Amino acid sequence: MTTPAYPELNYLNATHGIRSWLLTKDHKRIALLYLISVTVFFGLGGMFAGLIRLELTTPAGDLLAADTYNKMFTMHGIVMIFFFLIPSIPAILGNFLIPIMIGAKDLAFPRINLLSWYIYIIGGSFTLYAIVVGGVDTGWTFYTPYSTSASNTNVLPTGIGIFITGFSSILTGLNFIVTIHRMRAPGLTWFRLPLFVWAHYATSLIQILGTPVVAITVLMLAAERAFGIGIFNPALGGDPVLFQHLFWFYSHPAVYIMILPAMGVISELVACFSRKPIFGYSFVAFSSLAIAVFGFLVWAHHMFVAGISPYAAMVFSFLSFAVAIPSAVKTFNWAATMYKGAIWLASPMIFVFGFLGLFTIGGLTGLFLASLGTDIHIHDTYFVVAHFHYIMVGGAIMGYLAGIHFYWPKITGRMYPEAWAKFSALAVFVGFNLTFFPQFILGYMGMPRRYHTYPPEFQVLNVLSSAGATILAVGYSIPLIYLLWSLKYGKVAGNNPWGATGLEWKTQSPPLTENFTETPIVTEEPYDYARQGAHVG
Amino acid sequence: MVQQKESVTLGMWVFLAQEVMFFGGLFMAYLLYRVWYPAAWAEGSQELDVMLGGINTVVLIGSSLTMAFAVRCAQLGQNKATRNWLLLTLVLGLVFVVIKGFEYYHKFEMHHIPGADFVFHGPNADQIQIFLSLYFMMTGLHALHMLIGFGILAWIAGMAHKGRFSPEYYSHVEMAGLYWHFVDIVWIFLFPLLYLVDRVHHVG
Repeated sequence: MTTPAYPELNYLNATHGIRSWLLTKDHKRIALLYLISVTVFFGLGGMFAGLIRLELTTPAGDLLAADTYNKMFTMHGIVMIFFFLIPSIPAILGNFLIPIMIGAKDLAFPRINLLSWYIYIIGGSFTLYAIVVGGVDTGWTFYTPYSTSASNTNVLPTGIGIFITGFSSILTGLNFIVTIHRMRAPGLTWFRLPLFVWAHYATSLIQILGTPVVAITVLMLAAERAFGIGIFNPALGGDPVLFQHLFWFYSHPAVYIMILPAMGVISELVACFSRKPIFGYSFVAFSSLAIAVFGFLVWAHHMFVAGISPYAAMVFSFLSFAVAIPSAVKTFNWAATMYKGAIWLASPMIFVFGFLGLFTIGGLTGLFLASLGTDIHIHDTYFVVAHFHYIMVGGAIMGYLAGIHFYWPKITGRMYPEAWAKFSALAVFVGFNLTFFPQFILGYMGMPRRYHTYPPEFQVLNVLSSAGATILAVGYSIPLIYLLWSLKYGKVAGNNPWGATGLEWKTQSPPLTENFTETPIVTEEPYDYARQGAHVG
Repeated sequence: MVQQKESVTLGMWVFLAQEVMFFGGLFMAYLLYRVWYPAAWAEGSQELDVMLGGINTVVLIGSSLTMAFAVRCAQLGQNKATRNWLLLTLVLGLVFVVIKGFEYYHKFEMHHIPGADFVFHGPNADQIQIFLSLYFMMTGLHALHMLIGFGILAWIAGMAHKGRFSPEYYSHVEMAGLYWHFVDIVWIFLFPLLYLVDRVHHVG
């Protein structure tokens, strides 16, 4: 096999200069703008996490004062959720891949796409400002009336930042929905779409229908705090539980904004590295929509101990169990896809295995929390912290890293060192489990979340957790180095280094600005690995 | 061109779905407190000027009519008529906002603006403050949408003035129309919910 040549003309070198990037309408360049800014926020959120774990290595509150600690976990949550997890896969990989996967030149509204990046940056700037001038201590959930009438930290600029950034997410979702409806290449029917596209379609629905609700809720919160009115303040006749309902109406589906795109990535990779068509294509596709729909009907499971009616709680408990079904459909179908497949343990696939293990644990422990009796025991303990990190870090970030590794050759035209990537995947997996598994035990033993001190008998497990966090940090940092290294020194990838199906692998790497020289016509079924065979290159 | 027009139309409807959810949070809060505090809601509603609110409702429905004429004229490629209908829509919108401004000013004089300066006598004062908070947020957000609409109308009217529209190219006007009608419909909900609570027992 001859070494492929690096394409002379591509979207990276089509135009030059900082203006050509900051004013670009190319979805691929905008994806890279997101990649850079999202990575900066990831580093920031990770730094806060590091300080939290450092404080918790000893039972006494010796490193951070109580109020500083409160700010740390608040800012960790806000940065990681609103500025890293929510934009990560959709705004980077979705932006880059969806038009190419459907054989289009760009998204339906390229200028709105650029606008959404600027909105993200403006919202991020407000939040960074709030952090720099002293931070915020309400928890990322902003529960009232503490956030509106008691906290003396920077709630308003943080709230404004989140309000603004929400519209970036909404516009991305709008762009994806219209693009997927209107811009598919001839022959690319709905049931020939890559499952990555289905997952992003479902994600976009949540972004469109959920995000505006949190936006208006934050606006009410800001008005209450700024003018001293009492919409959520019980002292003035308001209802703090209403705030929780409105907040979780978005913030629970937001979990699916984070995990659905990762599931889309996993579907692509499982098929490719098993060299088999995905098992039960339509089930995997519809389960994404089912998750989006059910995801809107389970929010009050965050509020079982907030004084909601026991009858409502029973319904929400039942529906929360129900949302496990489409998630399980996906997991079983991925397993069935791998069954008797010719599994290729390339580095992205190692990340996929990490995802499958961690997501399964995270999903199943969610059922503990969905059952009413158990939830009363473990509510607001480290069990909850461990559970949602297994979903959002173990699931979403593993999926993100799997996707970044899988599509890196397409994005940059270069390969990274495979051995380092495998090492990184293993470090993340080991470090993650060491960090968060002890927290299940801690929570079950009764250690509450959001305290900077704890009884001495919890120290061993907390030290294990902090040690794991160190390994995790190493696992996350290595890719930053070797991926940057690969930009200059990486082996030229060629069009299709993984021998994958899909339009994105039929064009050059990195692609031309207009993606394809002529509009492709699709005649194949999706994931036709029987025809593709083991052919690589 | 056809594909682009279809994309723009779908994009607009998706955007409006987003808008429904955006206002929806306020309607949810309204619903809860109306059920909780029916007496305060009735009392608070009497504080609003039903005459001015009624006039504004007529003005706004009228502006929807002129907007619909503008869209029709754009479809027929009659740029001058399109421009005139758009400007008339804009004028009606301005009338609405000016009347709204008088209503707000009156509330300001009465110290009925929620917050530190709020003064209301009676057992329901706190609950009425919540009513008026929601009143100001809902009508304020609606008015903000109108202000944005003015910018859009002026821009589209400028395009019509330059003769840009033709039977093949008029989606700008159509999208502005969708937006304007949406803002109208929000008011159609706001007016009875805010101004007409329990009026049957409190004529006047």
